[in-house]
Amino acid sequence: MAQFAASDRTDDLPEAMAELAGEFHALAERDRLQLLLELANDLPDLPERYAGRLDEMEKVDECQSPVFLAVEVDPEGERAVHLHLSAPPEAPTTRGFAGILHESLDGLPAEEVLAVPDEAPFRFGLAEAVSPLRMRGMVGMLGRIKRQVRAHISIDERQ
Amino acid sequence: MSTQTDSQTKLAAYAHPERLVSTKWLAEHLGDDNLVVLESNEDVLLYDTGHIPGARKLDWHLDLNDQLSRDYVDGERFAQVMGERGIGRETTVVIYGDKSNWWATYALWVMTLFGHEDVRILDGGRAKWLAEGREMTTEIPDVDPADYPVIERDDSVIRAFKQDVVEHLGQPMVDVRSPGEFSGELLSMPDYPQEGAMRGGHIPGAKSVPWGRAANEDGTFKTRAELEELYQQEQGLAPSDDVVAYCRIGERSSHTWFVLTHLLGFEKVRNYDGSWTEWGNSVGVPVER
Repeated sequence: MAQFAASDRTDDLPEAMAELAGEFHALAERDRLQLLLELANDLPDLPERYAGRLDEMEKVDECQSPVFLAVEVDPEGERAVHLHLSAPPEAPTTRGFAGILHESLDGLPAEEVLAVPDEAPFRFGLAEAVSPLRMRGMVGMLGRIKRQVRAHISIDERQ
Repeated sequence: MSTQTDSQTKLAAYAHPERLVSTKWLAEHLGDDNLVVLESNEDVLLYDTGHIPGARKLDWHLDLNDQLSRDYVDGERFAQVMGERGIGRETTVVIYGDKSNWWATYALWVMTLFGHEDVRILDGGRAKWLAEGREMTTEIPDVDPADYPVIERDDSVIRAFKQDVVEHLGQPMVDVRSPGEFSGELLSMPDYPQEGAMRGGHIPGAKSVPWGRAANEDGTFKTRAELEELYQQEQGLAPSDDVVAYCRIGERSSHTWFVLTHLLGFEKVRNYDGSWTEWGNSVGVPVER
């Protein structure tokens, strides 16, 4: 996996992601962990159609804890992306990463999700707080989300 | 040793019972002078969701590993990490954590590289404490920093480097990874990132004893008799053997190192922390499948 350097640049991020990155950067390192924990706690439960059906979701192998994701894309209009992420409460860091992506990307047009830089996970000032190696979990989640969005779009285009 | 040891019968049977405490013992001794409790988990945020009252957080990534070289912190940084947590050279330290104490035993192993004398594991770790409904808090304790001396790390006794393993080929070795990793079918344990090594398989001659076989469902260690049955009768290892243990990055094998050294009293066990991520990527070392 490519090595990404931490950055506080936000001008090329979607609005909600830039705002969240700004919130993290405004905090001291220790408080960043608290915000990450809040995001972990706020990660929405899976909708009923996915509950108990993790085997139908994509597993994120880059994460040290079991994380599953499913991406839906509206068939019409601006093709809004809907994210569904699941991570166990015993893995709060991973849940927090999922929370950041959900808060930042859920509901955005497909085009905007695809335009998110691959190294965006390093824009939250978290590498110092949780160590750069752990960040690859979030990089993996983002990569898989973008790949699923791309797959949805190309299927739609073929129809 | 100023802090009493736990006289529980199960623990008393181990070769070095002073290396373990039960949840009951810890509950009764929380707040004792000269006792510091550390929580060491795989997940850096787990401590912040709730911990044993007074426990301090120790993170393997940020506190024990050097952030640049693939090595442990040096004596100065270690002294700072210990001192900030109110630990002096004479302090009794009890470590507990998630995943059947993998990271707790790893932290104990690193503390042993620095020769910290009285460091113990909470049998059953975080999961057992929670399962028993014992008190947890999210309050971060106020810690009076302590003076910890700068000690030079001694890697010569309980740590094996790649060259040591090359020279050790043909002597007892324990591979504690999952069977799929041992056979070379997987490059990391199931459910973990499938990356990090160019080749799958194991070091020739290593016995496959997945670390989890030494633990019970509730995260506690198996009894001495059960452990003897596993390592001595089944695998034919002897306490006088020179043994090297390894896994993928050296954390699961710290658990086995702890079991062989402190619970069974093996005299010479080394943890090869470079483990499969180093061996499976090295040029010119033998791999068996």
